[in-house]
Amino acid sequence: MSVEPSMTPEARERGRRDTILRVVLPVVVLALVVLAWDSAVRLTNTPAYKVPGPGLVLTTLISDWPILGASLVVTLMITFEALGLAILGGVALAILFSQSRLVEYSLYPYAVILQVTPVIAIAPVLLIYLPSEAAVLACAWIVAFFPVLANTALGLASVDRNLIDLFALYGASRGQVLVHLRLPAALPSMLTGVRIAGGLSLIGAVVAEIAAGSAGAGSGLAYRIAESGYRLMIPRMFAALLLLSLAGIAIFFLLSLLSHLVLRRWHESALSPER
Amino acid sequence: MPFGADAAPIVTLRLVGKAFAAVMALDRFDFAVREREFVSLLGPSGCGKSTALRLIAGLAAPTSGSIEWRDGRKPARGALGFVFQEPTLMQWASVAGNVELPLKLLRLDRVTADERVTTALAGVGLTEFAGAYPRELSGGMKMRVSIARALATAPQLLLMDEPFAALDEITRFRLANDLLRLWQALGKTVVFVTHSVFESVFLSNRIVVMTPRPGRVFAEIPIDAPYPRDESFRTSPEYAGSCRRVSQALAQAMAERAA
Repeated sequence: MSVEPSMTPEARERGRRDTILRVVLPVVVLALVVLAWDSAVRLTNTPAYKVPGPGLVLTTLISDWPILGASLVVTLMITFEALGLAILGGVALAILFSQSRLVEYSLYPYAVILQVTPVIAIAPVLLIYLPSEAAVLACAWIVAFFPVLANTALGLASVDRNLIDLFALYGASRGQVLVHLRLPAALPSMLTGVRIAGGLSLIGAVVAEIAAGSAGAGSGLAYRIAESGYRLMIPRMFAALLLLSLAGIAIFFLLSLLSHLVLRRWHESALSPER
Repeated sequence: MPFGADAAPIVTLRLVGKAFAAVMALDRFDFAVREREFVSLLGPSGCGKSTALRLIAGLAAPTSGSIEWRDGRKPARGALGFVFQEPTLMQWASVAGNVELPLKLLRLDRVTADERVTTALAGVGLTEFAGAYPRELSGGMKMRVSIARALATAPQLLLMDEPFAALDEITRFRLANDLLRLWQALGKTVVFVTHSVFESVFLSNRIVVMTPRPGRVFAEIPIDAPYPRDESFRTSPEYAGSCRRVSQALAQAMAERAA
């Protein structure tokens, strides 16, 4: 009766080598691509306004940091605000749906419609009625809340039937079933939804910013990309793109870490390399 | 010695029928549970023995017939314990948290609850594992947690639905020994559903053999061997004889259906 799952030394060694490969191989690929990119630009003498080399992108990132950094903050703020509101709205709606079938039947189709209508088409409409910052936030929320709603609703609904019987046996109230059973049981799927929503709220923010374009106050990273494009400041365009990409990666890792920390004690998906 | 034969039964099922859509699970099922006895419902899969247990627990209502409790009213919350075939633990809660659940649902105060949890865990020999999480436990240990949870509210009647069916034989024997020890020490009444002749003979002082669906009582067989029963009982001629008698009754119950 061991408490810790036992592993042979060979299996552990194999696992460690696997982990190293997972980190090393993508880095090697990145290095090769950057090298190829750099040599191609150098050898063909491509002007920077067509394709800037990686070195130039990096120096632009540093020299333009005052502008790009400020824009990054704007985009991140919108992304996290949208994500926070998406989590609040998605979870609240999912709980509401789980408590009342009538509410679910009445509202769920509209949640789906909001989700399947391309946000890039909704953005211009919203921009007519809302100040541009609010419109951007609304767009990001629209794309981000649905995965939270759908995954949380799924989690709330897929609870062990026997546990529900057990709660009934002890005369648990609806509130007790929700707090002590449904919500904790839904946590893994809820966190899956949040992880998806993190990436989507960044996408939503970028799409809306681009749609807002010069009409808006326009100071986010997406606006910088559009603006640099118009003004042929291609290295800055690349630098802004790089920043956006890094922001997306950071959000993904942050939310994965959060999910891991919350679930590590009990959920299969949080188990380390045992699989 | 017939347990509680002189006293009024704790609960009596009279001509109980239970239908699921077009399927009759139970038909004219007559069954009484006596105080402090260990009674097994034995029958093939799908004979409605689990359904009978759920009816007693109040988790389902009979389609016909009646369920009568001794003092005329249903047992209070927490007066019944239920153990499922699977451990049915909350993965997100520690062992202690799982055992504490019924007490939390009954809104017991913290100090009393902690005391009960400690006692229940000690009873199943899991004191050191109070802080462990279900995924860290073996199948047998999970089932022990499940039993501790059912005992936490100090119920008079313990309902067990094939609790050891998914365990390996050695673990099953060990848990059966411990269950008997607990039953004797705590003076509980146990209704135990199983499809194993050997398990029911080892544990019970009375076995109710059921017919295939729709389930009815085919025979009631007392097992008079004295308690405490231990490993020596498993190898005794008396045990073998009882197993033979019960097996024959079960075979006849199956044949009656086929006829």
